[in-house]
Order: sequence, then structure tokens, then C-alpha cells
Amino acid sequence: MSLHHYRIAFTTIMIKEMRRFLRIWVQTILPPMITTALYFVIFGKMIGSQLAPVEGFEYMDYIVPGLIMMTVITNSYANVVSSFYGSKFQRYVEELLIAPIPHSLILLGFISGGVARGLIVGVMVTLVAAFFVDLQLHNLFITLSVVVLTSFLFALGGFINAVYAKSFDDISIIPTFVLTPLTYLGGIFYSVSMLPEFWQDVSLANPILYMVNAFRYGMLGVSDISMPVAYAVIVGFIVVLYSFSLWLLKRGVGLRG
Amino acid sequence: MHALELRGLRKAYNNGFEAVKGIELSVEEGDFFALLGPNGAGKSTIIGIITSLVNKTAGSVKVFGADLDHEPMKVKRYLGLVPQEFNFNMFEPVEEVVLNQAGYYGVAPAEAQERAEESLKKLGLWEKRRTMARALSGGMKRRLMIARALVHDPRLLILDEPTAGVDIELRRSMWQYLREVNRRGTTIILTTHYLEEAEQLCRNVAIIDHGHIIENTSIKALINRLDRETLILDLQRPLQRPPALKHYACTLSDEQTLEVEVHREQGINALFDELKQHGIEVSGMRNKANRLEELFLDLVESGVNK
Ligand SMILES: Nc1ncnc2c1ncn2[C@@H]1O[C@H](COP(=O)(O)OP(=O)(O)OP(=O)(O)O)[C@@H](O)[C@H]1O
Ligand SMILES: [Mg+2]
Repeated sequence: MSLHHYRIAFTTIMIKEMRRFLRIWVQTILPPMITTALYFVIFGKMIGSQLAPVEGFEYMDYIVPGLIMMTVITNSYANVVSSFYGSKFQRYVEELLIAPIPHSLILLGFISGGVARGLIVGVMVTLVAAFFVDLQLHNLFITLSVVVLTSFLFALGGFINAVYAKSFDDISIIPTFVLTPLTYLGGIFYSVSMLPEFWQDVSLANPILYMVNAFRYGMLGVSDISMPVAYAVIVGFIVVLYSFSLWLLKRGVGLRG
Repeated sequence: MHALELRGLRKAYNNGFEAVKGIELSVEEGDFFALLGPNGAGKSTIIGIITSLVNKTAGSVKVFGADLDHEPMKVKRYLGLVPQEFNFNMFEPVEEVVLNQAGYYGVAPAEAQERAEESLKKLGLWEKRRTMARALSGGMKRRLMIARALVHDPRLLILDEPTAGVDIELRRSMWQYLREVNRRGTTIILTTHYLEEAEQLCRNVAIIDHGHIIENTSIKALINRLDRETLILDLQRPLQRPPALKHYACTLSDEQTLEVEVHREQGINALFDELKQHGIEVSGMRNKANRLEELFLDLVESGVNK
């Protein structure tokens, strides 16, 4: 197997992963668009219009980056956790385990599907947002790099979840009890500077805070966190989760008897 | 060159159960090899180890000289597997299942398309290529797994009960196809519970029981070793008790059916002479089991008693 063969193998996995969520777009692409529209109507228009500006931005403008980020996070995660668990459950993951593909490529193949869904849904939600607000862009590079890195990170999270999942219930436990609370507390709807000092410190332990703020900086130019720190946290998490995922795959945890 | 070489192969599952207990086995290149054994003997476990689906506990696996521990990619490239249980994505069209497999092995799309068409046509699935895999019948699903396993042109094809649940006509056409694949140079290892299948297809055989190889020889030699067979005779008139035949052991399975054990050197003419002397007329006769089946049962039974 040469590099050329590996490229074909990787592309095959990636296209297969993309086909999977596009085939069921009513379940994967449409719901986040509807949810986001509702957020804008309720929090933006109805409640937000009553609120004071945050850090110099209308409330609705302020929450746009957070809402996009939340969608990217949940969708990247959901895609890999359900796709990889599905492949274990129906056993077609064996097709990949038998084939001459390095574990890193199998992992990256699944991750690429998660990133693709995160980004596609992110773009769709951004388009929805454009109906409600005038979108702003402070720094294109930061905006794009943060969104790609974040979706990569949560795709890895979904993968690890799927490795340990033993039933379909197990693939929704982490999203419900960990991911959603952390996202809501990650500064999507508020600036942490609005919190009492104690809760500000607690919030700093929440990794999602760094991503939401970095992304908000890319779009609006304001952030509770310094950019180098935010990048360091995101990249640090990626390195740790990637190494762990690869180790799990090599050991065959949850895959090989 | 050996297509497959297993040395000191052992497997203990996480629950401590030892499914494979030191297997030594060689399969020559070009062979059509039968791996036989009762349920739970360890056949699928061995196949799982060879194909990287099961972690071995000890021992070594070599495929065409490449060691699984040192050159896993090379080993994987050589192999094609038809597993015992369905393991394709039920929500993908048939053609996609085969095309994806080709992609995993680095076959470029245009060539993959050609090969997929060829193997789907050979297995009678071309008309079903756009059907969701889950909408295939059981026999079609089995054939899909064969088409999938062949699309990257493996040197060693391993089939784990490929004809389970396949009707007789189809089974015969699958045999024909597998013979052709073997003739073109692909080494084949097959497990089956239909011993007729092994007899029809395979040249060499290993019989496994409780994780041990209890026999490893050619099918011919195995069948030649069979020194007796059991005949079932349908009687014209009912009998109350089995006749006292001088040279044959016999039992009545019901009042009109007599089972007689015949040794090879005895022949059956003498049997009929003796039956006539007892005034017994026979209206029909057949073998109790396929000859290989009898031998198999003997071997496995004596293995248990060992
Ligand atoms: N994941 C597992 N964990 C524990 N024990 C297992 C596992 N898989 C198989 N076994 C045990 O290992 C033994 C061998 O199983 P295997 O599937 O290799 O048998 P087999 O020869 O293929 O049987 P069959 O003809 O029924 O397919 C059995 O006793 C089985 O219960
Ligand atoms: Mg088996």
C-alpha cells in the first residue's frame, strides 16, 4: 500500500461519512437551522430587545457567534458518535479493521465526517442568522481556524464516546449531561465579566468558554479570553484527545475481543 | 510458499475462556482448504485472529510469508474475508458496499467500478445494485459478502460458513464460482458444517475441536480411512426384533427400518445373502450419513473421550 492507496482509502471513508449525514439531512441539517431561528426569535427579538447592550453590542448581535459555535459543537460530536457507534453496532466497522488502512486514517476519516457536518451546519445557521442580524467579521483567519479546530475537537469527543458506548442510550448521555450544560455555561448568552468573581473563576475551567470567546473575537472583535490562551487550550485538548483516540483504536477497545 | 502459517496460536477471551489452544497449521498456496469442527470449536476465533478482528494471546500468523505482527498492512492486503455474520451497512445500496470496500484497499474509482460490476454480475446481484442491502434476502446477503471480499482481488480468501442458509441450487452455483476463483490462483480456506461441501470443494482439511487440531490431512486420505459405513435398509415386512446376522452388527430403528454396519472388506453382496437366509426382503437402501460426516463424528467423539 502506497501513499496513493492511502489517499484513496481516506477519501472513501470521508465521502462515505458525508453521504451518511447528507442522506438523512432532515435529521441532521434541518433541525439546527430551525432551533437557531427560534433562538433568534425568542432570545434575540422578543427578550433581547429588552436587554442592555453587552460589551457595546446589541444582545442579538452578541449571541450570534455563540449560537453558531454551539451548533458546530453539537453537530460535530453527534455525527461521529452516532456514525462510529452505528458502525460498531451493525459491525461494518470490521470492514475497516480488516482493510490495510492505518488506524490514524480510520480515525481521521470519521473525524472528517464530523468536521464536514459541523461546518456545513455552521454555514447554514450563519445564513439563518443573516436574516435577523447584520453579520460582522473582525478577523477571517481566527473565525475559520477556531471553527475548524473546535469541530475537530468535538468530533474526537464523539469518537471516544462511541468507543465506550455499549447501547444507543450511551451515545446521548454525554451530550445531555455534559456537553449541553457546558455549552450553555460557556458564555454563549452572556459575557463572563457579568458574573460574580467566583463564578468567573469557575467558568475558566470550562473549555467551551475558550472556543466561544475565540470565535466571538473572530466575528466581533471582543473576547473575555486572550487569543493565545484560547488557541493553546483548543490545540492542547486536540492533542490529548487525538492521542487517546488513536490509542483506543490501536488497542481495539470496544472493538476487538 | 505457504499461503498461511499458524504457529503456537492461542486465544483466551477476556472472560478467561480459552477458545484456541496452541494451533499449528500450514496451508499451501493454491490450496482449497477446509477448516471443520463442531459449533464452538474455535474456527471463527482463528479466522478472527488472522484477519485482525480478534487479538491473539500468543503465537504467530504469517500470510504469504508476511508476519501479522510486523507487517500488518501487507497481511491485510493479501486477505479477503467472508465472515460468518453479516457485517455490512444495511442502509447502503449494494453497489456502494462493494465500491467502498474497493476504496478501502486503495483501488482507484474507475477500476473499482469495473471490478464491482464484474463481481456483482458473477454473483447474480447486478440487478440489485441499487437496492438497500437490508432489503436483500438472506442468500443474497451472503453473496454480497462474497462479492465484497473479492473486489480487491485477494490472494487468500477466507470464507466462514459462506453457504449457511443458501438454497441447494444457489449453493451449487456458488461452489462452481469458488472453484473458478481457486483455479485462477486464489488460495481458499473455507469453514462449513455441510461436509458434502468440503468433500466437493476442498483438497485438504483440518478438523478442530475445543481449540485443538485433531486431524490435518487430505480429504482423500480422510475418506479412505473410513473403514465402515452404516446402511439403512427399508424392509418389505415389519420385524419384531433385529435378525441375528452372523457377520454384521445391526439394530432396528423402527420395525421396518434396519441399520446395518458394513466394513469395507465385507462388501454388500454377502449382506444380502445373509438377509435372504433370514427371509428378509429389502425395498430400499441408503447411507446413514455422508461418509465424511460419519468420520467427522467419529473423530470428534474420540477427541472428546481423549
Ligand atoms: N467474544 C467472546 N468472548 C468470550 N468467549 C467467546 C467470544 N467469542 C467466542 N467465544 C467462545 O469461543 C469459543 C469458540 O467460538 P468460535 O466462534 O470460534 O467457534 P466456531 O468454531 O466458529 O463455532 P461455529 O461453528 O458455531 O461458528 C466458543 O466457546 C465461544 O463461546
Ligand atoms: Mg464460527
